[in-house]
Amino acid sequence: MIIDQSKIRNFCIIAHIDHGKSTLADRIIEKTGLLTSREMQAQVLDNMELERERGITIKAQTVRTVYKANDGNEYIFNLIDTPGHVDFNYEVSRSLAACEGAVLVVDAAQGIEAQTLANVYLALDHDLEIVPVINKIDLPSAEPERVIAEIEDVIGLEAQDAPLVSAKTGLNIEDVLEKIVQRIPAPKGDPKAPLKALIFDSVYDSYKGVIIFCRVMEGTLTKDTVIKMMATKAKAQVVEIGIFGPGQFIPCDELSAGMVGYITASLKNVKETQVGDTVTDAERPCDTALPGYKKVLPMVYCGLYPADGAKYPDLRDALEKLQLNDAAMQFEPETSIALGFGFRCGFLGLLHLEIIQERLEREYNLDLVTTAPSVIYRVHKTNGEMIEITNPSNLPDPSEVLYMEEPMVTAEIMVTTEFVGAIMKLCQERRGIYLGIEYMEATRALLKYELPLNEIIYDFFDALKSHSRGYASFDYDMKGYVQSELVKLDILINKEEVDALSFIVHGETAYERGRKMCEKLKDEIPRQQFEIPIQAAIGSKVISRETVRALRKDVLAKCYGGDITRKKKLLEKQKEGKKRMRQVGNVEIPQKAFMSVLKLDDK
Amino acid sequence: MGQPMIKKPLELYIHVPFCIRKCNYCDFLSAPAKEETMAAYVLSLCEEIKSYECLQDTYEVCTVFFGGGTPSILTGQDIEKIMNEIKKAFALSGAFSHVEVTMECNPGTLTMEKLATYKKCGINRLSIGLQTTNAKELVILGRIHTYEEFLESYQLARKMGFSNINIDLMSAIPEQTMESYSDTLEKVIALEPEHISAYSLILEEGTCLYEQYKQGDLAGWKLPSEEEERAMYDETGRKLQKAGYERYEISNYAKQGYECRHNIGYWKRIDYLGLGLGASSLLSNVRFQNESDLTVYMKQWSVYGALLQKEVDVLSEKEQMEEFMFLGLRLTKGIQIAEFEVIFHKSFDSVYGKIVEQLLAKKLLIREKERIYLSSYGRDISNQVLAEFLF
Repeated sequence: MIIDQSKIRNFCIIAHIDHGKSTLADRIIEKTGLLTSREMQAQVLDNMELERERGITIKAQTVRTVYKANDGNEYIFNLIDTPGHVDFNYEVSRSLAACEGAVLVVDAAQGIEAQTLANVYLALDHDLEIVPVINKIDLPSAEPERVIAEIEDVIGLEAQDAPLVSAKTGLNIEDVLEKIVQRIPAPKGDPKAPLKALIFDSVYDSYKGVIIFCRVMEGTLTKDTVIKMMATKAKAQVVEIGIFGPGQFIPCDELSAGMVGYITASLKNVKETQVGDTVTDAERPCDTALPGYKKVLPMVYCGLYPADGAKYPDLRDALEKLQLNDAAMQFEPETSIALGFGFRCGFLGLLHLEIIQERLEREYNLDLVTTAPSVIYRVHKTNGEMIEITNPSNLPDPSEVLYMEEPMVTAEIMVTTEFVGAIMKLCQERRGIYLGIEYMEATRALLKYELPLNEIIYDFFDALKSHSRGYASFDYDMKGYVQSELVKLDILINKEEVDALSFIVHGETAYERGRKMCEKLKDEIPRQQFEIPIQAAIGSKVISRETVRALRKDVLAKCYGGDITRKKKLLEKQKEGKKRMRQVGNVEIPQKAFMSVLKLDDK
Repeated sequence: MGQPMIKKPLELYIHVPFCIRKCNYCDFLSAPAKEETMAAYVLSLCEEIKSYECLQDTYEVCTVFFGGGTPSILTGQDIEKIMNEIKKAFALSGAFSHVEVTMECNPGTLTMEKLATYKKCGINRLSIGLQTTNAKELVILGRIHTYEEFLESYQLARKMGFSNINIDLMSAIPEQTMESYSDTLEKVIALEPEHISAYSLILEEGTCLYEQYKQGDLAGWKLPSEEEERAMYDETGRKLQKAGYERYEISNYAKQGYECRHNIGYWKRIDYLGLGLGASSLLSNVRFQNESDLTVYMKQWSVYGALLQKEVDVLSEKEQMEEFMFLGLRLTKGIQIAEFEVIFHKSFDSVYGKIVEQLLAKKLLIREKERIYLSSYGRDISNQVLAEFLF
């Protein structure tokens, strides 16, 4: 079957989180007739359980549907749903590169948010045609005119004819489909040229091996072709190619320029099929790879330990399996005096970390202890050597350190004007450097700050929300390293240093952090048979101290015939609580305590 | 002639779920009730007792305990009826005078007639809930009696010839102080009861006192601190010992020979049968519980023609060992290693040696030849110690 290039539309949907991206995608699939409403499980594209729960898209999802337009022609729609979080910005940019256009969804009540802007800029960088859509117009608080004006003023995008839709109720979805046909250009590319296909995602399947999601830019791909990844140099023979039906893979004979589809080639690991890489024909390679490929590197590290030391091999197996599907996650074994054997793992950001952690706990049934997340610090030693450290315990002795550097980001925070003061104060507290402010309209402002990454990986997002009654939105970009006065803060419990609780912090905030950690730990560590001092120290200097009082006395409860079962349950609970504790010296520290110190601002 | 079969000892617990007024701290199955309800309940109870006739050949009853609620709220005739039913249905260990039969009473519910009936049908031990002699504390607890009314009941019981009486006391009552507690102790010692039990007030969810506490109504009331409570506990031990009482279990004190056999049975895992609403039983290492809805309980014979039981739990050997330890260690004498080995046919050290060693090192336990028992500090934090014996 020859596919008419002019009848293909490759597009993605971009939006701020919660503006209705996935719901709109569902409606598009439904309206194009591939699935009946009954078959639609809410949000077809977000197929990880976790994604559905959190309401965000973590991995790019793709579906092909057929739409019979008002002009009488049938069009092939390739909808590439992009990840919705700043942690996955690179993946987003690669998904965009596979498209000619983007549907920009803006919430009719909330208007433009930080991620809306970040995504629009990304789309413009890729020369995509942007089709604005105003969603949630069924809400009582919807103000479509205001939002249209905002899109025109802030983004400079013609929006008068933007479809006003409700993805939830299905209102005016046809408008969107027609706009996609009319506004988004058909793909170009010569089907006879040497093969050039962009990998925008890849997943590991235990039956098929790695499945590459790709967009063919030039040439034609057929079965049995020996393909080559231009960056990783991996080669393999194509076993199957096909297109994306909703929730299933549909094999086909060829994928030609302009088409979106998948390739299986008995590859064992997604590491060989990096997002952004170019697939070409090994026999007849193209001259140059597609632009924009980069190896994604973790930015946030933490230690992951099994709560039960005996589960160490299980954790290793689970991490290996997850890595098959997630080239961005890294891990290597490490040991902690407090926590035993575990792994130092690298993630794209805190959300990525949380997702992996939740998947390990849910899908692999592991109980984990996580250490405080750390960024990559550069340590310049007096001997001229520079080392990168991700684990505070590896920091060399202060006498060997000449100076240290930490990574910075430029952050854009969108907020209504009434909260500007509060947010500026927050950024100041987080050692932010003010870069400027832009007013969107009378009531909203875009604040720009340069912030140290280590100040935002803990709880910045939560703090931002709580300082703006949930309204602030936030996006950031890596900026590079700057020299910084950093110190290692150690926590001593009963006079013993607990390595898993050490972290690196700026000298100015060390005192405050240390105090808060001691307070928090005091609440988390149950009273034991002796008094337990909790201290925060920089080197040998103690900067804060709290004490857990000794346990003196249980209440005197009855234990007669009818009380025995209840008593046993109480003792079991006590025992269970103790099992979840880590013995450090002669103090038992609950697993929870290691985690709670990550969130110091929640009080 | 073959040898007479040796019957196993059995304890009976009779639950009476009625009160004149529910106390503010009470989370037991109990409620105020009409006379007809109580009469109907007694009939149901008698049915239940009859249904256990089959145990006659294997068990003999060694103790009976009427608990509640307030069992003394029933008429003397009702109690007599129940006792007669018990005598008919069960084999007794020796003469009835050898069986320990306890009646829990609340001051204000006892009359000379009732006491005479008790005496006549074999009740030989009274347990009176006093809790405190302090008027304000009694009001806070929501008790229906004054100290003076208690004294009247107590003296009446003595006059009627009851020579084995327990008095229940309570510490950690809001507003209680070391002084008021000492005063209560002294007054009670002066009365020379044979047995005293002393517990902490526990704010249980669902009780009136808990709700008051949660809503901040206790704001004006001061709960004794942990230190004060510990001081009260130490004071109890000290004062009672001086007065000739021995602490034979964490919270129970008795003059020599007056330890409560029924309660010791629970801690030594003697089989017991709970009769009445929601009562628990342990029979040949099976724990089970009666129906706890009063209407359903009373209808079970007419509607279902059978006794309704729930939460039937067949104890594994490990669970039996756990219970042997966490119940046995409540006793001042602790557990006997030889007894463990006879019951379970296993060496004690192969099962618990390591744990015992750790607890000995922490000075929470004491091992003396064939016995293991809680140290004084181990008793203070007994939950921590007992939990260690769970697998």
